[in-house]
Amino acid sequence: MVQKSGTIDARRLGKRERREAMHAYVFMSPVIIGLLVFTLGPIIVSLFLSFSNYNLLNDPKWIGVDNYVKMYGERLFWQSLRVSAIYSIVSVPLGMTIALFLALLLNRTMRGIYTLRAIYYLPTVISGVGVAMLWRWIFNGQYGVINTLLRNVGVKGPNWLLDENYALIALIITSVWGVGGTMLIFLAGLQGIPVEINEAAEIDGAGKWGQFRYITLPMISHVTFFNLVLGIIGALQVFTDAYVITNGGPNNATLFIAVYLYRHAFQFLNFGYAAALAWVLFIIVMVLTLLVFRSSPLWVFYEQERQEK
Amino acid sequence: MMTAIARLFRTRTGQERLGSIATMVVLLIGAVFILIPFFWMISTSLKKAGDVYIAPPQWIPADPQWENYVTAVTRLNYGVHATNTAIIVVFVMIGTLFSSSFAAYGFSRLRAPGRDAIFMVLLGTMMLPGAVTLVPTYLMFNSIGWVNTFLPMIVPAFFGNAFFVFLTRQFYITIPKELEESAMMDGATVYQIWWYIMLPLSGPILATIAVFTFVGTYNDFFTPLIYISDESKRTIAVALTYFQGSPRIGPQMHLLMAAVTMSIVPPILLFIAAQRYFVRGIVMTGIKG
Repeated sequence: MVQKSGTIDARRLGKRERREAMHAYVFMSPVIIGLLVFTLGPIIVSLFLSFSNYNLLNDPKWIGVDNYVKMYGERLFWQSLRVSAIYSIVSVPLGMTIALFLALLLNRTMRGIYTLRAIYYLPTVISGVGVAMLWRWIFNGQYGVINTLLRNVGVKGPNWLLDENYALIALIITSVWGVGGTMLIFLAGLQGIPVEINEAAEIDGAGKWGQFRYITLPMISHVTFFNLVLGIIGALQVFTDAYVITNGGPNNATLFIAVYLYRHAFQFLNFGYAAALAWVLFIIVMVLTLLVFRSSPLWVFYEQERQEK
Repeated sequence: MMTAIARLFRTRTGQERLGSIATMVVLLIGAVFILIPFFWMISTSLKKAGDVYIAPPQWIPADPQWENYVTAVTRLNYGVHATNTAIIVVFVMIGTLFSSSFAAYGFSRLRAPGRDAIFMVLLGTMMLPGAVTLVPTYLMFNSIGWVNTFLPMIVPAFFGNAFFVFLTRQFYITIPKELEESAMMDGATVYQIWWYIMLPLSGPILATIAVFTFVGTYNDFFTPLIYISDESKRTIAVALTYFQGSPRIGPQMHLLMAAVTMSIVPPILLFIAAQRYFVRGIVMTGIKG
């Protein structure tokens, strides 16, 4: 991915190379400043804040690991972890399966296929507050469209958003509706598979399932990997839907980590505690990402390896 | 007739045809499920106040109330929030397009010690949860008096977005160097080359980035939520949430749905206009390992 020619030994730079390097730094300077001011700096400050008590009024006070100890004893912290974990464990595999299924169906040439792809991608374009408010109305227990449809087939739907057993399910349903982005990335992967491979397999007598299992899945495994990493990172940071549709309720049934963090930072002004929460989230995301990366040699195949074998 | 159907099941081309019909049916049912919420939204937005809360609901309002939209615009001060959103979107777009292209030129064309290391760090930040930088960034903007202004949304755009810098760099790598080399012979500086040669060639990639930036900024809820407190400075996304429970609207779902419908029009129009950058663009360029 990165050109090797870019690596040069700083000690052996000639005059021309030095000029070129200077210009390179000028071009990179927005990114370098951005990294320092908006990313690396804040990460370090955030770590420091997580060991302090700060509410804007007084100077930050060093309190050691108190925030983390307090977090450990806080029921709502564990609840927020539980909510985010359940949501991620269900919505990520479910969304990826549906996205892959749709991508397989949409990966063919026929009339209207571009329109269909566009329709499936549409929810991704307008995701946000408007759609979240629309979902509130759709899930309305009495007048909402979902329960109306259920009533038509003789099922009495629950009071989705006001019932703590169903609120999280409702949010998972909304996430599945927005699966178009993942679908599109799968579609890109599917289009990268040379047609000849499937044709050859077919001549050798492989059935549709065999082709899917032994050709398609391995050949898009790098795309699956990409979607899985992004999916986990995204699911653990869900905020807008949880804030607008249920605001963490009912009875904290949808208290996602991000909502819990938002409350501590911007409603209670517990900036130290919020920073500690952010670091816990950071570590969880890093560990999960690392696990996925570590597991990848077992199930992700790259072009190069295939050619070497 | 029966033999014709039997042949469909038996022969190879027949099975393939059945396969595509089944695919089409599944895809159409799925598309209906995607579209029902939109239909429901528009339907509600055109109802009389008294017709919203009845069961079973009317799917198509008997007497569409187009003036609901006018009422929603007036009560919500929609023009003010739309202007705020437009200002932010325009500046974020300028900043993102400039910084992506400018930085990508450095990362793709000029060699310097540490260049690739910086690039890897930049890519790594794509996986960083935003929450980690949230509190210090907020405190920083607060200490320089930027809270309750548009600056916390706009200024970071001028300092590069990892994903967009990455995309532009990949694009620049595919552009042949001959043009630049001849310009270099004629004594052009690297900055002139970037401005007069690279930028004009960057149309497709910058269009893609512009589209994604528009959608991302327009739909962003969290950033304006935490930085903006004045009602007159709210963006559409934030204003909508206040509209929901405000005494001025109460439980008037038809007005809320009219506002929501208006709010999703700009991204949908852009989506239709730039469809090839969204759907075909992603599918074509894809992710190639």
